[in-house]
Amino acid sequence: MNLRMNFPGLRAIYQFEMARTWRTLFQSVVSPVVTTTLYFIVFGAAIGSRITEINGVTFAAFIIPGLIMLSILTESVSNASFGIHLPRFTGTIYELLSAPVSSLEVVLGYVGAAATKSIVLGFIILATARLFVDYDIAHPVAMVCILVVTAITFSLFGFIIGIWADNFEKLQFVPMLVITPLTFLGGSFYSIDMLPPFWRTLTLFNPVVYLISAFRWSFYDTADVPIGISIVMIFLFLTVCIGVVCWIFQTGYRLKN
Amino acid sequence: MPPDSDEKPARIANNSPESAISVSKLSKIYAGGHAALTDIDLEIRKGEIFALLGPNGAGKTTLISIICGIVSPTSGRITAGGDDVIRDYRKTRTKIGLVPQELTTDAFETVWNTVSFSRGLFGKKPDPAFIERTLRDLSLWDRKDSKIITLSGGMKRRVLIAKALSHEPEILFLDEPTAGVDVELRRGMWDMVRKLQETGVTIILTTHYIEEAEEMADRIGVINGGRIVLVEDKAALMKKLGKKELRLHLHHPMQTIPADLSGHDLALEGDGNTLVFTFDTQAERTGTTRLLGDLDRLEIRFSDLDTRQRSLEDIFVSVVGESS
Repeated sequence: MNLRMNFPGLRAIYQFEMARTWRTLFQSVVSPVVTTTLYFIVFGAAIGSRITEINGVTFAAFIIPGLIMLSILTESVSNASFGIHLPRFTGTIYELLSAPVSSLEVVLGYVGAAATKSIVLGFIILATARLFVDYDIAHPVAMVCILVVTAITFSLFGFIIGIWADNFEKLQFVPMLVITPLTFLGGSFYSIDMLPPFWRTLTLFNPVVYLISAFRWSFYDTADVPIGISIVMIFLFLTVCIGVVCWIFQTGYRLKN
Repeated sequence: MPPDSDEKPARIANNSPESAISVSKLSKIYAGGHAALTDIDLEIRKGEIFALLGPNGAGKTTLISIICGIVSPTSGRITAGGDDVIRDYRKTRTKIGLVPQELTTDAFETVWNTVSFSRGLFGKKPDPAFIERTLRDLSLWDRKDSKIITLSGGMKRRVLIAKALSHEPEILFLDEPTAGVDVELRRGMWDMVRKLQETGVTIILTTHYIEEAEEMADRIGVINGGRIVLVEDKAALMKKLGKKELRLHLHHPMQTIPADLSGHDLALEGDGNTLVFTFDTQAERTGTTRLLGDLDRLEIRFSDLDTRQRSLEDIFVSVVGESS
């Protein structure tokens, strides 16, 4: 076992992935910002004017954490899954598999780059939101930590999807048909206290509820579920993702014959 | 005609028996139960050019893929420069460069970026001067800022070679390097491989083109049905198995070979116009004088004659045929 890291290798993967972002700047950054702006116009300005306040926060401000989470989750999964799926699809994965890089370096490179993009995107959306609504951040350090951990967790999740998917359809399936519905139904645009008791209970099985709740707590100091439980759930999901990634590299699942 | 290997300058391989790669009892059985490789034992000597020949599906690419870490072996052990390719993968993979068979490239990357990426991936610090030299050697310098998608097939192949050379490997695998490459470029590639060998790089190439192995290799291995069926010095192989043919173009075609000539290894070709005599160049008596005497006695006249050395292709076909 060689404990020395291959830093040039790690840097090469990270820079390669980041370079892809600059090449696809419009798709990677501009498009989510435009989408978020549309959400603000529709939900914040149009519908929000008819909803006064939720837990003492204006509706337009209330949806900011949810919107950021929506983008972070979908973009982390999309970026990381595409990043590792593309070399598998084109066949250039041969180089990665024959290179003196450990699985840790591969994950740090791909997931690091995907998470970086998401975090940058999160801050861009936060800045964009400022153009539409005033907001405060009650716990800025916690906000940044939750943002970073969530981006890493869902980038890991995306990495798993990218390995699992054997075609582009499956690759699109998870962000489109799993992440987006769970985020919409996870309290992005409403407090789960607004739901009837049955649906509220059911919603608690949605892991995204805990992420959005914690993130909103970092902004406005109010949460749908206690912050302690949210943090435990966030780290639980992170641990599960790390476990699955370790298993993938130990067994060579879908990577090696 | 095969080149006369004895006339070539002495190569490093022949002077240094040190092992570059050692494969021992290697087997690979895929999940579906298909045995791709069975009990492979193979030594590649430092500094040599080793050609691995075999028909489609013989296991050439699987063998290379296992050595390089792309496919996991079912059993057996491989060392590169004395280090185990699984346990000490960082050490061994740093030494090895691989040019894959398929033209798998990052279509939207530039030549410069993709080659620099490979160097970094293999743990080497950036060295623009080295990358420049490599690209110039491969006539890619003018296209360094081009996206790979805009390059021709031959250029893409050279980009893959540049990527494999970017980290200065001691051992280079070329999996079907000249497949689909025009004659001029093929010659250029052979020159490049020879130059690499002069710098001490060990080269293992798989090929369908027998002439490539004849032209390039110091030693030849034949793989068939997942088993190594032959490993020989090329020159020794050519000598050992190299039979010669004497072809006599007859004045008058023959329907059958006369009974008086039954003592000779003869065959008729070209509607009876050509009498082909096969003989062993290494035998004490080749039998040519006796045959010519018998022909004269039987008044069988011929207008022309030529001799032909058996090519490596003939040898390959017979070895693969025997092992199938």
